[in-house]
Amino acid sequence: MKPPNFLYAAPRSLDEALTLAATYGGDAMILAGGQSLVAAMNFRFVAPAVLIDLNRVPELSYIRREGERLHVGAMTRHRALEFSQEGIDAEPLLARVSCEIGPLAIRNRGTIGGSIAHAHPAAEWPLIAVALDAQLTLRSASHSRSIPAREFFVGPFRNAAAAGEILTQITFPAARSNSNFGFCELSRRPSDLPIVAVACRVARNESGDCSAATLAVGGADEVPRHISAVEQILIGTRGEANALREAAEVAAAAVAPRTDIHASANYRRRMVAVMTRRALAQAFGLGGVGA
Amino acid sequence: MNQPIDKVAVRFELNGELVEREIPARQLLVDFIRDDLGLTATRVGCEQGVCGSCTVMLDGASVRSCLMFAVQADGCVVRTVEGLADGATMHPLQQAFWDNHALQCGFCTSGFLMTALDLIEHQAGTGEKEVRNALSGNLCRCTGYANIVAAVQSALAGK
Repeated sequence: MKPPNFLYAAPRSLDEALTLAATYGGDAMILAGGQSLVAAMNFRFVAPAVLIDLNRVPELSYIRREGERLHVGAMTRHRALEFSQEGIDAEPLLARVSCEIGPLAIRNRGTIGGSIAHAHPAAEWPLIAVALDAQLTLRSASHSRSIPAREFFVGPFRNAAAAGEILTQITFPAARSNSNFGFCELSRRPSDLPIVAVACRVARNESGDCSAATLAVGGADEVPRHISAVEQILIGTRGEANALREAAEVAAAAVAPRTDIHASANYRRRMVAVMTRRALAQAFGLGGVGA
Repeated sequence: MNQPIDKVAVRFELNGELVEREIPARQLLVDFIRDDLGLTATRVGCEQGVCGSCTVMLDGASVRSCLMFAVQADGCVVRTVEGLADGATMHPLQQAFWDNHALQCGFCTSGFLMTALDLIEHQAGTGEKEVRNALSGNLCRCTGYANIVAAVQSALAGK
């Protein structure tokens, strides 16, 4: 099908976009990369009266490190994150994940901010934002506020932004040098959305013991879930098999997966355990343990 | 400030020629290329960004033309399959598809060619696994992919 009629605006600056968002409020939708929104409009799942296209707002596309933080503009395309040296130096997980998102043509066009605002429960960027405890900047014509990614996702395809607010920036903590990431996803083909995905980061002290850990699960609940209990299980360990197994079971028990055409709830829960164990094994540098 | 409007002016370069029209804002890029400009090599398959048949090059990067409005191409350089050949001489990619029997019904071929063009212009690796991953966003219901993968590998290797 074709999208129903709408009024189109292509602001040239963020200020102009915010004014338009304030003027049209809930009648307007924000067009970022369009890789989900335009498909939804083609299906007529959504029919915004006004479409505010951010693709001509260059100030929203950047990858910039400031001290221990990496700021990513919401209109930064997946493909840019795949190759940004500044991004790779600050948090290599971002580039690792970028190349898993859709096929090439989707990565060329899709944006990190669009993916996060879309809030697909299985998508990679919402998972990574939750796993790494990213801060999201929401701007409106009258204010600017920061919200943790862990509070931003309120349900499938639902986020905490109010009408008139635009997600402008995603801020990740720069990875510490004593810390490694793990990322593992289950999907039928390389370019598909994952059925279940797990991202984690594990920090270790000089003697090799885990000193901090963060882990999140995507695709197994209404929103990506930060599994906080995993940290207590892992601290002080070196990724021994029984610790990873316990963390995997805790993660699997913490989510409430649903059955759909892609996988049953039970299968998803089992795969959360498997992907958790593999992702943690990666983060602990235990190549062989994962399988 | 630009007020939101439903009729928009669009002007961009398509296969080396300037295109200028007034169109509805809701018109998809692929429909503009096919219906208004009459270039029908770019196919409309799924209209949801899954099949890859509508892939075109936009400012040197492959994109889905069913997931873009034509107005968004304003000021850009767009290339479709019609711009590949040099007169009667096929582009090396097209020749590789010919040599490797990489098409049957042909519906998906333009999408594969434009995706492969992105790989060639960005010097992607020639390994089979890498090529298969890179082509995973394009669906073909005839060939079973083997000959398409071989064609793209041979074009990437410059053979």
